[in-house]
Amino acid sequence: MRTETIDALTDYARANPDVMLLTADLGYSVLERFAEALPAQYANVGVCEQAMVGIAAGLALSGRRVVLYSIANFPTLRCLEQIRNDVCYHDLPVMVIAVGGGLAYGAQGYTHHGVEDLGIMAMLPNMAVACPADPHEAMALLPQLMERRRPAFLRLGRAGEPVLHAPDTPVHLERAITLKQGSDIALLATGPILGRALAAAEALAARGISASVLSFPGFRPLDENAVLAAARGHRAILTIEEHSVAGGFGTRVADVLLGAGLAPRFGKWGVTDALRGKIGSQAWLLDRLGTIEDHAASLL
Amino acid sequence: MNSIDTETLARRLRAHALRMTNRARASHIGSCLSMADILAVLYGAVLRVDPARPDWAARDRLVVSKGHAAAIVYAALAERGFLPIEELETYSADGGRLAGHVTMTVPGVELSTGSLGHGLPVAAGMALAAQRAGEAWRSFCILSDGELDEGSNWEAVQFAQHFRLEGLTAIIDYNKIQSFGTVAEISELHPLPEKFRAFNWGVIELDGHDHAALLGALSGAPPLPGRPTVIVAHTVKGKGVSFMEGKLLWHYRNPDAAQLEAALAELGA
Repeated sequence: MRTETIDALTDYARANPDVMLLTADLGYSVLERFAEALPAQYANVGVCEQAMVGIAAGLALSGRRVVLYSIANFPTLRCLEQIRNDVCYHDLPVMVIAVGGGLAYGAQGYTHHGVEDLGIMAMLPNMAVACPADPHEAMALLPQLMERRRPAFLRLGRAGEPVLHAPDTPVHLERAITLKQGSDIALLATGPILGRALAAAEALAARGISASVLSFPGFRPLDENAVLAAARGHRAILTIEEHSVAGGFGTRVADVLLGAGLAPRFGKWGVTDALRGKIGSQAWLLDRLGTIEDHAASLL
Repeated sequence: MNSIDTETLARRLRAHALRMTNRARASHIGSCLSMADILAVLYGAVLRVDPARPDWAARDRLVVSKGHAAAIVYAALAERGFLPIEELETYSADGGRLAGHVTMTVPGVELSTGSLGHGLPVAAGMALAAQRAGEAWRSFCILSDGELDEGSNWEAVQFAQHFRLEGLTAIIDYNKIQSFGTVAEISELHPLPEKFRAFNWGVIELDGHDHAALLGALSGAPPLPGRPTVIVAHTVKGKGVSFMEGKLLWHYRNPDAAQLEAALAELGA
């Protein structure tokens, strides 16, 4: 989805000359189209994520909207305080795009596993956090985040994620999308792991369990109404994320449920410390977490 | 602003900062006093800013990266007309806007700082914005010597020379004292000008209390055309108050009533 997103960004920036794209020397074979089409709106600042965020803040304080591009933890955790102080505190129109979110770069090792980014970014003031499930969601979210003109984090996978939605599916940062309506359990997913959630719903159907599947493009703001409706309409809730289950999507959903006095049977499927130090393909690593259908069935 | 000379302005700034840190029982008076002359020349004779339009698009930008020296920054902004002089009495007060570290809710402040190593990258981003827009306004950044230990500064130093940000001027308040002792003891910077020369910056080394030298350096042509400029300003921590000069203690201690009186008497304020 990264190529589609950068293409969408290129089109958006062509129509909006106040938009600049900065990279910390990553994005080979992805960013060239933008750089060649709009050289005055592009800068490779070198391998310096902390300075990149500060530079972005300086540009934003001078009237630009700035998009930053890098991999997984580099444009988030490496420069966390710059994002917190320089961007979020000043409420500046700077959007961080991290590719390789989750375990997309699984075989590259733990340094490249972006599994705390969503939760940490969502703690920061004024920040919107988007975690699209497929290219369709990503391309729809990009202009919404740009038009918001405030701090944003857009977490992408890498290349080749399948499209999971029908082409005319509306996508809004603040609204969950129901892909499958069931009655026993609701599978609430954020990000490309939605594909596994859909497959799990099929597997559960074969066991006689009726599952709903919802996609949450917005990690923050979270569609709280959709969470509450899911809790009221099902016996159990399972959250599904390619992210640490400590402080991640499941935690945010649980906050909403407890805040509303709802206590459905509840589980969180996602990354645990058991994965730390393991390397392998994205699929192999995700398999180590057990199947979503088994986890879902155990709640009923 | 009244047409007072920058030496008079510097005395006023020092007096304000002493009163403010006394009233608020706040630290960092030594850090304020060492950059009083730099601020006086900037706000009194160099910066193209307009208190009636703090966000005037073509203004010069000053980022104060050593955000702990907030008292004297607010004093300079008040003297320049960005906020009422009386408001300085609310420095660090409950519910006030004059936080103990430089904060952007104060008119004329370009960036909230307080965590070291943040200012220069932001000032570099501002300079890049001016360069890309073909605009002539300048970006200045005042850094402490101690904060040069932060790696993020050197990322910006490298970036700014590669992008040939001639509109960027860094000013190092080189008072030779950092949090736990002298720079020489904690993390020696010598030879500092050579470090910047090696990064392809234009370098000016001067006495940071010499107004004529500061004015010449801040308003003259860049020493290395097409590249950013650093002014290595040799200063004295606590400058202007004899019993504070060169003393680490005054990074932390605030002047009591008697010390305030003695200090103001020395300044003739």
